[in-house]
Amino acid sequence: MGFLVYSFTFSIYQQATGGSETVNRASVAFVDEDRSTLSRRLRDALYPPYFKSPELIEADEIDEAMDASRFMFVIVVPPHFESDVRSGRSPEVQLNVDATAVRQAALGTGYIQAILSTEINRFMSRSDTVAVQPVTLVKRKAFNPNGTQSWLRAVSGLLDQLSMLTIILTGSAILREREHGTIEHLLVMPLNSFEIALSKVWANGLVILVVFVLSMRFIVEGAIGVPFAGSRMLLLTGTVIYLFAAAAIGILLATIARSMAQFGLLCMITIMPMMMLSGGMSPLESQPDWLQHITWFLPSRQFMSFSQSIIFRGAGFDNVWPEFTAMAGLGLAFFLTSLVLFRRSIRVSQ
Amino acid sequence: MNQTAAKRLSSPSGYVAEVIGVTHFYKKVHALDGVSVQLHAGKMVGLIGPDGVGKSTLLGLLSGARKLQTGTVNVLNGSMASARHRHEICSRIAYLPQGLGKNLYQELSVQENLDFFGKLFGQSAAERRARIERLATATGLEPFLDRPAGQLSGGMKQKLGLCCALIHDPDFLILDEPTTGVDPLSRRQFWELIDSIRSERPTMSVLVSTAYMDEAERFEWLIAMDAGRILATGSPSELKSITKTESLERAYVALLPEEKRGHKGELTIPPRTKNESEPAIVAKNLTRRFGNFTAVDHVSFQIDRGEIFGFLGSNGCGKTTTMKMLTGLLPLSEGQAWLWGQPVDASDMATRFRVGFMSQAFSLYGELTVEQNLTLHARLYHIPRALAKERINELVARFGLTPYLDSRASSLPLGLRQRLSLAVAIIHKPEMLILDEPTSGVDPVARDEFWELLIDLSRNQSVTIFISTHFMNEAMRCDRISLMHAGKVLICDTPQRIIEIKHARTLEDAFISAIEDAQEHSPEGVGQTRAGGTSTTLHENSYSHESANRGSSLQRMLAYSYRETMEVMRDSVRLTFAFGGSLILLMIIAYGLSSDVENLSYAVLDQDQSPASRAYLQEFSSSRYFTEKQELYSKDDLENRLATRGITMAIEIPPNFGRDLLRHGKPQVSAWIDGAETARAATIEGYVEGAHAKFLQRLAEEQGVAPSSLATFEVRNRYNPTSESIYAMGPTVPTTLLLLFPAILMAVSVAKEKEIGTITNFYVTPTSRMEFLLGKQLPYIGIAMVNFVVLNLVVVFVLQVPLKGSVAALTLGALLYVTATTGYGLLVSNLTSSQVSAVLLAAVLSMMPTIQFSGMMQPVSTLEGVARVMGSLWPAAYYLHLSVGAFTKGLGARELMPDLIRLAAFSPVFWILCTLLLRKQED
Repeated sequence: MGFLVYSFTFSIYQQATGGSETVNRASVAFVDEDRSTLSRRLRDALYPPYFKSPELIEADEIDEAMDASRFMFVIVVPPHFESDVRSGRSPEVQLNVDATAVRQAALGTGYIQAILSTEINRFMSRSDTVAVQPVTLVKRKAFNPNGTQSWLRAVSGLLDQLSMLTIILTGSAILREREHGTIEHLLVMPLNSFEIALSKVWANGLVILVVFVLSMRFIVEGAIGVPFAGSRMLLLTGTVIYLFAAAAIGILLATIARSMAQFGLLCMITIMPMMMLSGGMSPLESQPDWLQHITWFLPSRQFMSFSQSIIFRGAGFDNVWPEFTAMAGLGLAFFLTSLVLFRRSIRVSQ
Repeated sequence: MNQTAAKRLSSPSGYVAEVIGVTHFYKKVHALDGVSVQLHAGKMVGLIGPDGVGKSTLLGLLSGARKLQTGTVNVLNGSMASARHRHEICSRIAYLPQGLGKNLYQELSVQENLDFFGKLFGQSAAERRARIERLATATGLEPFLDRPAGQLSGGMKQKLGLCCALIHDPDFLILDEPTTGVDPLSRRQFWELIDSIRSERPTMSVLVSTAYMDEAERFEWLIAMDAGRILATGSPSELKSITKTESLERAYVALLPEEKRGHKGELTIPPRTKNESEPAIVAKNLTRRFGNFTAVDHVSFQIDRGEIFGFLGSNGCGKTTTMKMLTGLLPLSEGQAWLWGQPVDASDMATRFRVGFMSQAFSLYGELTVEQNLTLHARLYHIPRALAKERINELVARFGLTPYLDSRASSLPLGLRQRLSLAVAIIHKPEMLILDEPTSGVDPVARDEFWELLIDLSRNQSVTIFISTHFMNEAMRCDRISLMHAGKVLICDTPQRIIEIKHARTLEDAFISAIEDAQEHSPEGVGQTRAGGTSTTLHENSYSHESANRGSSLQRMLAYSYRETMEVMRDSVRLTFAFGGSLILLMIIAYGLSSDVENLSYAVLDQDQSPASRAYLQEFSSSRYFTEKQELYSKDDLENRLATRGITMAIEIPPNFGRDLLRHGKPQVSAWIDGAETARAATIEGYVEGAHAKFLQRLAEEQGVAPSSLATFEVRNRYNPTSESIYAMGPTVPTTLLLLFPAILMAVSVAKEKEIGTITNFYVTPTSRMEFLLGKQLPYIGIAMVNFVVLNLVVVFVLQVPLKGSVAALTLGALLYVTATTGYGLLVSNLTSSQVSAVLLAAVLSMMPTIQFSGMMQPVSTLEGVARVMGSLWPAAYYLHLSVGAFTKGLGARELMPDLIRLAAFSPVFWILCTLLLRKQED
């Protein structure tokens, strides 16, 4: 129970706000061969939180320093830079990027270019007029104007916890009953196995659902401050369907596994892909087509898709019903499969 | 002569072991309470008492497997509190823990098990072969040497356990309930085997615990225990004469403190009035097969209403299976069964209301209280609330459960739990009760009380009772019994008639003779019957225990490695996980988690429709990143399409864009990006800017104006010129996987030993901590290295990331790395003793630091403070660095040397920590 509370509060909060994929305290070095006022101004233009204060190194240190990953960016300001700029010769600044960290490298490169250009422009604007771009581009981000990462991460964190807990709790409840022999006890009672499996889903699902609602309200909306655009009831309905699907997966795994240890291992190789391919960690569009067809069968992907729509885009039922139907169908399929295996496994277990 | 030899070998005191004032707690439970006793050398001593009185704890302390809390335990002239003494004498002690084959490796064959134990005691290959042959011949295990231990019958498992214990000629043999759950014939053979060993090695002292009082007759000296205290000691005849009783069971009850003795003496069973109505159960040729194995073989019987019908037989003889078939839990392979004239049908709910079922493992919900358990079952049987309340009150009063109504079921003593189980099973007033070994492990007094309840149900309420049991005296109380062995009913009649027919003295003898008769006709019996006759000499050469202790350390370590490898190879789930798991995840991450966004759907709202606007849009439609969707017609449409995810980006061109452009009116283009998915939004933003910049450049070229920028930037994407994420993934993903999987497998493998109980072998054999740890680690290092090769082959050939740097350095680095990661798994395993939590803990504890501190999310160079320190204390950081260096940076061995050196430093640290944390005894 303590674990449950932890996972739906701190864990989600931490996942949402901790560590980021954007540029954060990137290490920068300058090779300043100009040593002019302008080059110093450029150096001072890079500061936290995006960048660490740049270090000054010599040109012959570049290779070694980058091989040892001491810096992500090494900026080389050529000799006579300031005078070249003043005379309009458009000198070239070299920007060495450690592109092994792809996303930070790409974003950081953009930031550095923008910051340095602005700085040069500002420096020159005192003496010269600055050419103005003929067309300006205004970028507007709908649904998350500032691109706050924690919003999406909070939702995907919520999904991870939902899937993990539902699958593990439901599965281990079934396995525990089987290991302790209570399941057989239940089976001789006037209940059919459908009712037994359903009661497991129900009991675990209800607890998780309550925690989900609280977590959504106080952590995601409260502490993290995600604006809620759509209908909360609709999200809840979707979550109920998702819980059913996830619980069905838990039951399925529990019927395949012969022991708790095997169940643990199976969970690992099921839940991790579920989390990674849901679209919460990286955009669905970046998956190759064939993979997108496969991930359609993951309820987690459906959840990510509709929850984003409801929370951020304020979508209504007419927008999310395909996901709802898909999840319900998938859940039912998993459930029926496990029911067949469940009966069989009870027969085989001596 | 025997006595003198014993004296010489044991001690000046003549005792093999002395226990003085030993008290032992498990949390708050008092397992032993000031126990003092002395065991004579060269004797066969029995420890008697039901489950939970502290027998196993005492034996564990004597064997050195359990850690002493308070008091003194001296075994073979030295204190068991001293680690040095334990190490010196552990090769002279043999310990067979409780539970059928608990110290055996179920996946390994008989031969491999014996071989493993031989290696632990430093025996040479030739010596092991000779010893295994002698022991196997003597015990009749020879024909089954290749059979996995898990597939042996209960009796054979115990024989194998005994062989494993005897492989090093111990001076002190400790057997914890060796015959529980074993059929009478195997039991008798087992004791004969022990007797013959003792006649050959008269100096050997034997200490046996048992819950069967009738068995205790054969021991020379007895210790009777109850509630952690010793009730009495003495020879069986002495105990009986002190208490003036005829049987040891009676004697034991008489020795109990007054309040525990129960209220009456002999249990009397009123004769049954013959019921002429239709029989309650009829079974005809019931047969059940599991694959090739026939668990129940053409079993037929008939049970009348109100009759107490006993099912007698060893573990695994088919009793439970038969009961399950009658309750509809298992379908019949062949034959027919009727309950009250109706064919058994699993889907028939009506009959279920008429049957009560109580299984071996008392199916109660431990977390619920007594009252809640009863209420829950009343609800399950649809008993109306008011009626249920009345019924519960009645049962609670009759079963003496009133004082415990609010106690949790798991906190009750065994005897009470058993009564609660019965109450639960009859809550709905069933006409028939099926009881599967309800009295196993329960003390004699509680058993008698339980039987009183059964007799009352049968005689006064004509409930049909179908019960299975191990206890012969319980079988004697049944109206009729049926003896089952190896899936067949051997004989079915009243207990007295059976004894008469077999011309036996007791029911046990009758049973044995029935089994022997049956075995004459079956091929399996050949090996078994030979077991009794042990003319083969077990001990030919004298054997030095000192050499067992010295024995090559390397040999013991490799014994563990070899065994571990065999086990993994035979466990399909673990094997798949070990080799397939990381590969699957690599593919998923590589293909599924790439951050290269392409084919983004976008639409335009072109309010100008001029050549200029079309030229601007051209930059987008020609980009490989974008896929154009149907044009938008209004701002509302734009918002709607974004909201419904029809598009992820929209471009809005203002009216008069072309005209303004010409007149330097600085028109403003808007790009609407779906920001819900932040990472994707950031990427799209970049692409949009790129397209926009291109347009500007082209415009400038057309107008013949030089680029207006003051300075240009030359961006050199080092190591990954095309900036594709796969080049970043290729070297990093295996880093995570080579940490995660080896750590999990390693932690599980140690937790498995703890959970199953084979860890005892490490406690009581001369294995050192280092031998155990390294021995278990080696196979997983091997598995991880295979994974390393496979993963990197996939990275190079399937994902097409070229390996530019030193292959040798990378491989060496991987070896050091996986040694460290498996070491980490060992460390994690110290925190838990269950396999499930080992999986979860290892997963969480290896993923969290890796993702946050090793440079996966952020390069280590950008970390600060505590995170930086964590990053530099985590092996994944160095291997990641090394792998990236070798792959994308094309570095050679010289440049990678610092990483290699740091990686090498981790394993010794983990080993030292593990050695400090790993217990050589159970707490």
